[in-house]
Amino acid sequence: MRNLIRFLIQNSYFLLFLLLEIISVILIFSYNNYQRVKFLNSSTYIAGSVYELNNSVVNYFQLKNINNELARENAYLRNQLQEQLLSQIGKRETKDTITGQKFVFTTAKVINNSVNKQYNYLTINKGSLHGIKPDMGIINARGIVGVISRVSPHYSVGLSVLNKRWSVSSMIKKNGYYGSLSWNGVDPNTGLLNGIPIHASVSIGDTIVSSGYSAIFPKGIMVGTIKDFSIESGANYYDIEVELSTNFKSINYIDIVENLMQEEIKKLETQNNND
Amino acid sequence: MIKELGKYALIFWVLVLLQVLVLNNVQLSGYINPYLYVLFILLLPFETPRYLVLLLAFVLGLSVDLFSNTPGIHSSASVFMAFLRPFVIDLISAREVMDKAVSPRISQMGFGWFFRYSLILIICHHIFLFYIEVFTFSGVLHTLLRSLLSSAFSIILVVISQFIVFRN
Repeated sequence: MRNLIRFLIQNSYFLLFLLLEIISVILIFSYNNYQRVKFLNSSTYIAGSVYELNNSVVNYFQLKNINNELARENAYLRNQLQEQLLSQIGKRETKDTITGQKFVFTTAKVINNSVNKQYNYLTINKGSLHGIKPDMGIINARGIVGVISRVSPHYSVGLSVLNKRWSVSSMIKKNGYYGSLSWNGVDPNTGLLNGIPIHASVSIGDTIVSSGYSAIFPKGIMVGTIKDFSIESGANYYDIEVELSTNFKSINYIDIVENLMQEEIKKLETQNNND
Repeated sequence: MIKELGKYALIFWVLVLLQVLVLNNVQLSGYINPYLYVLFILLLPFETPRYLVLLLAFVLGLSVDLFSNTPGIHSSASVFMAFLRPFVIDLISAREVMDKAVSPRISQMGFGWFFRYSLILIICHHIFLFYIEVFTFSGVLHTLLRSLLSSAFSIILVVISQFIVFRN
């Protein structure tokens, strides 16, 4: 016993080092289990308010850029309105009953964002008090941005497309072949689309949009355009590089998408898994 | 003594805020990112108990983690760096110099000593940090390149900070 105590005292420095490293590693690994480390992320009140304060100062210098983005968004919305009005004439009823999906959009502001890590996140200035829930989609006028992962009463945190823990189901607009779009962790303007079979016709410049299969995003939200593609010998699928349409380095205002039918779809699909 | 405590507490918070609000947004060619907050560990006086350096490094790393959604990553890297600190100091300094020196500053230890000291510790910290962040050995060289370039950037900032802020 005395030897044990002497050993502990002699090596106390190394043991403390080991203890702190073990705590850190536990934190790293428990982070994968969503929700568990609630107190350690930027949706907490302290971090959220520091970022909000900083954002209000920094925003002042970006007013010109923000104006441009908003003008672009206006144009985009006006176009959409036109399309929707056109499509509603005559077939309003059938459209809703066929797809069965209804989406609600909430506008919010990004108060913190990164593009230079392997796992990039956004902090958003709306939270559960505004009706934000995990698994809602995030888009802006240019295209897909990410998905909400955690919420606190006033803030929420989302994974952006530039996060290796997440991929988004997307398809080639012209022929409907779908695959999953992920990020390789290198270039914040480029994503990788996997799972397009080699018999599909693909060309540089083709538009990639969301497929709507994940029940997070509506079908047809812009993702990007094909920048380059190749086939590895023996592979059945293309390796497609996608130029992302969203400029992740300047995101200010975003829309959070709620799919009102998401729970119903999920419930049905989990029943399927149990069969 | 109290005055010293206050000074280090101030350095701590200024560095954490500088890191998360300014430096985390600095991107040279997309992914080179300086981590200046480790300067706090570099500057602690020589007489600081070793266990205290470890604990402070842990809290420092955790504060940066809190703001960047990376629990455990910065804290493990800065604890690792704090652990190496006494060994690096022993390795690069002559005993007679150490007896009268109080804290690791250019004014007390000379430029060459300070440069070697921060070079070794910052490179160790950055390599540890980038590998634990990626957590895979695919693209080993790419990660190594990222960590070395970022280290160079951080070291330049550390040295400049010594000439601008910590002159006396």
